[in-house]
Amino acid sequence: MSDRVFLCRCEDVTMSELEHAIAAGLETIEEIKRYTGFGTGPCQGKECMQTVAMALVRRELVRPEALRPFTARPPTEPVTFGALASVPDPFADPPPPLADDDPAPDSDNDSEDAP
Amino acid sequence: MKPASMGSPRAELADELDLLIVGGGVMGLSLAYNLTKLGGKRGASRLGKVAVVERSYLVSGASGRNGGGLRMQWGDAGNVALMRESIELCRHLAQELGINLWFRQGGYLFLARTESGERRLHRNVAVHERVGAPTRLLAAREALELVPQLDVSEVRVAAYNPEDGVVFPWPFVWGYADRAVAGGVAIRTHTAVEALIPSDRGGYEVGLSTGERVWARRVVNATGAWSVGLNRDLGIELPNHPHRHEILSSEPLKPFLDPLVVDLETGLYFSQSTRGEIVTGITLPDPPGAPADTDVRLGSSLRFLSNVSRALIRVLPIARHLKPLRQWSGPYDLSPDGDAMVGPSPDHPDLIQVCGFTGHGFMMAPAVGRLLARWLVREQTHPMLERWDPCRFRDGRELRREDMIIG
Repeated sequence: MSDRVFLCRCEDVTMSELEHAIAAGLETIEEIKRYTGFGTGPCQGKECMQTVAMALVRRELVRPEALRPFTARPPTEPVTFGALASVPDPFADPPPPLADDDPAPDSDNDSEDAP
Repeated sequence: MKPASMGSPRAELADELDLLIVGGGVMGLSLAYNLTKLGGKRGASRLGKVAVVERSYLVSGASGRNGGGLRMQWGDAGNVALMRESIELCRHLAQELGINLWFRQGGYLFLARTESGERRLHRNVAVHERVGAPTRLLAAREALELVPQLDVSEVRVAAYNPEDGVVFPWPFVWGYADRAVAGGVAIRTHTAVEALIPSDRGGYEVGLSTGERVWARRVVNATGAWSVGLNRDLGIELPNHPHRHEILSSEPLKPFLDPLVVDLETGLYFSQSTRGEIVTGITLPDPPGAPADTDVRLGSSLRFLSNVSRALIRVLPIARHLKPLRQWSGPYDLSPDGDAMVGPSPDHPDLIQVCGFTGHGFMMAPAVGRLLARWLVREQTHPMLERWDPCRFRDGRELRREDMIIG
């Protein structure tokens, strides 16, 4: 039996790949996602992100309060292309619901994640 | 201590640089890597001290957001020849860089459903034949043999090049970065260039977001869709501007789709990555009356999702039951004639532009990095450099127009 430990079962990312990313100097969840591909499969990070977060905190590479998750990607719930094709084409998306503290669903925080 | 091989916020920068590359995307890093290759045993010393400065992390921009297609099927002989070079380089690049690039040559299959599309494909294939690219025209039933899941009832003709292919974009960037650092290039991440001030002794004084100040004899603007701001501050007016494009990937499937398929009329493209997911996007005109972007905009929309779904199901009916897994966006760096802007800037010969690739820079980067390194170190010219001259717009030269802009 192999002694490989998988941290991301969707994309077959192992603990040793995480070690390799950290050794290469990558210290944020977003960078490690883009180096290993972890969190880009069907679970979208729900299983694996905490493992990566723990590894960074344990090595004192980041303070817990400074940890940031990678950008959450739509759709929240998987819907078939068949269902999506039945949506009429609006020229603009409807505005997000009011009285909601979450950021607008189309915001992309990748451009704002400088330290 | 060994320098962080993928760049670092703490990478040391020399006070005086021979070349500063602004932008840690695939263009800047391919250039950096190719410079170290030309340096031979003396590392990057042929050109002196070289550094790359990236405002965020590597692959944060368009290099980490594109569909990973590489094709030589262009409408212009220069682009066909350039992409032949790039694809040839990619065959050996994984070994050279020591990283899995997920490069798969499954071909590109263009489908024409209208008479004008049919004419375009006939014209392109004639160009490809002259250059010696192995593109051929296929009847609809031959396209169906390549991809049995297609609905070809509306297809008049198809064009197929078996040497075109797809890659997973991220490892390209990491691979170039790793080898550039090993060759002596400093890669500083999470650091923005805030000011470029022409210096009395030539070159530029460079102000960084960290408060540091360095001098660079020459500067390369490889910031793609972000290049407009840097240029504007120096009074350099180039006609490129950012344009938001969306893309998605589906739940993974067993391998079934060899070529990347393009529906010429809608600008829909889809391919299956080596990871199994269907990666797809579409040309989506801006709503009428919307002004052109001046700054990079990101974000995902339902409008894209519904349009791409309709176009996809029409060509690939089995996709009806498939689900998209993740959706994101990235900027094209649009040039008005579809050609890049590469070379010395108007009135700023020491500021070298590498921008305006109009959504197709990733596939060209392996060849562009090499030809640009040869030009910087040996002053060796390349047929594309004259065409890509950033001064062509100001000089009122007659512009050609590339019509194979997809997505």
